[in-house]
Amino acid sequence: MARAEHQPPQGNEPAPAEHPGGAHPRLRQAGGALVVDGLHVAYGRSVQALRGVSITVPPSGIVTVLGSNGAGKSTLLRAISGTLFLHHGAVEGGTITYNGQNLRGRDAAAAVRAGIVQVPEGRRVFAGLSVAENLQAGLLGTGDRRSARAKQARERVLELFPVLAERETQHAGLLSGGEQQMLAIGRALMAGPKLLLLDEPSLGLAPMMVGRIAQVIREIAEQGTAVLLVEQNAAVALGLAETAYVLDVGEVRLTGPAAELARTDEVRRLYLGDHDESGHAGTPAEGTPHETPAAATSAPRATLRRWRG
Amino acid sequence: MTKLSEIVLNGLALGSVYALIALGFVVIFKASGVMNFAHASLLLLGGYVIAQLHDELGFAGALLVGVVVTAAGAGLIEMLFIRGLGKVELHVLTILTIGIDILLTTELVRRIGSDKLSLGDPWGAKSVEVFGANVAQARIAAIVVAVVLITLFFMAFRYTAWGLSMRAASEDREAAALMGVRMKRVQLVAWCVAGALAAVAAVFLTASPTPGLDRTTGFVALKAFPAAVLGGMDSALGALIGAMMIGLTEALAAGYQSDLDALGGGASGIAPYVVMILILLWRPTGLLGSKELSRV
Repeated sequence: MARAEHQPPQGNEPAPAEHPGGAHPRLRQAGGALVVDGLHVAYGRSVQALRGVSITVPPSGIVTVLGSNGAGKSTLLRAISGTLFLHHGAVEGGTITYNGQNLRGRDAAAAVRAGIVQVPEGRRVFAGLSVAENLQAGLLGTGDRRSARAKQARERVLELFPVLAERETQHAGLLSGGEQQMLAIGRALMAGPKLLLLDEPSLGLAPMMVGRIAQVIREIAEQGTAVLLVEQNAAVALGLAETAYVLDVGEVRLTGPAAELARTDEVRRLYLGDHDESGHAGTPAEGTPHETPAAATSAPRATLRRWRG
Repeated sequence: MTKLSEIVLNGLALGSVYALIALGFVVIFKASGVMNFAHASLLLLGGYVIAQLHDELGFAGALLVGVVVTAAGAGLIEMLFIRGLGKVELHVLTILTIGIDILLTTELVRRIGSDKLSLGDPWGAKSVEVFGANVAQARIAAIVVAVVLITLFFMAFRYTAWGLSMRAASEDREAAALMGVRMKRVQLVAWCVAGALAAVAAVFLTASPTPGLDRTTGFVALKAFPAAVLGGMDSALGALIGAMMIGLTEALAAGYQSDLDALGGGASGIAPYVVMILILLWRPTGLLGSKELSRV
């Protein structure tokens, strides 16, 4: 299963896998880091979606947040990108800072200006607009659509996704799911983000396309854009990321280097669909009273491993 | 034959005015998701301001002030009610605009009383010969002005950042917000543009041969509503086509009134709604309304 071979060379690893009872790994670096500290988010009066979540995304590299449906992954991204209000949610406690700048309570336009752009779950391309117009729309938050920088961004995106160049005049709604995901990522890259938030980019895509998207995410990170990847597909995410967090019912349950996390029994069982519990040398990470067998036995996850080859 | 060409020109002129109003409906619907039933009263407001000021400021000055006041009024409605109320369902906001319409119309009707106010437009009762047809100058002016304004509107829609923001936002508000589109500003501008177009429409809706601005002008403006609906409500081009169809139908029904006696008098008044119903039976999403565009 040699998952460790996917781990990119990385200098400063955070502390190994641990329970997030109190401390969480502080990766605070010189600047450009996204620091979410003790975040509480609620929808309406009763639904507590996040309860004291703390994560740190360094200025470069890939950080992933894993978790099953309803764990609070999308909520976390919405809080960062300033779109909670569109879902009638609100931050009730904690802080979100990027590069030392407060993002809590700011709108999405402020996040984009700060350099954080989110690719929403389910792609959400502008179906009635052409591919070219979708890319143009990615520039709307930057205030300049015709500068040299905009042109460069466009060239970079088309280089990354040559298929988009072929389909420029087509309506985005007519692209395949994978192409739409590429367009959604390309659209977000148009703004030249320093931090890219990806919400379940593998959702609903064919295995081959998942591999292609994973490759693109790696390329984006190598070009210097930090990536915060939210995924249910743990196999893909742990293969890509240096650091991983596991969210469970609104709390960070596990955190550490992705490669180490992938070796822990709990993650293997819950998120990698591994039913064979005997004979693993991984760190035993038990201790939570409520194990969810439903998540462990869900059929699709068991097949995900194969996608990694 | 003279009669037919006259009727067609009148119909196009009427259609142009409806188009200015219908585009207002569409632009607000696209930006806010709200059907603005207060549009008729905004139009009445614009007309009233121009009527009151044209003696002092001249027609051009009064028109300018009327356009600005109406745009500001529409913007104020957006800021106070549409945005200001925050998390309210869209249908609630739509009904709220009916309330605003009733309040504003009532106040304006109180001021107008039973008068017929002239807006002081320079065309008066003069008419010109076009293609052998005798048509009021104001009607020709309506067509020319509408063509210019609508062309500008479509260019802005197509090529400016505001236009792209509008189109993106009407497709998917959250995705547009995530691109950093300043939704509040886009919405505010949309309402102001709609208000400004309504004020211009007021001039031509009340110019000769119509006797002038009176309490019923708002009702007349509502005929642009079926134009927007049959065009698809969220399509600017659809609204334009719809407006022309409504204008022509109304003019034809009025022109051949005598042949339509079997239906009773005043067929032209209901013609727009008959056209709307027939079109919607044929195409439930309107002529160019957004269908679910997806791969099968």
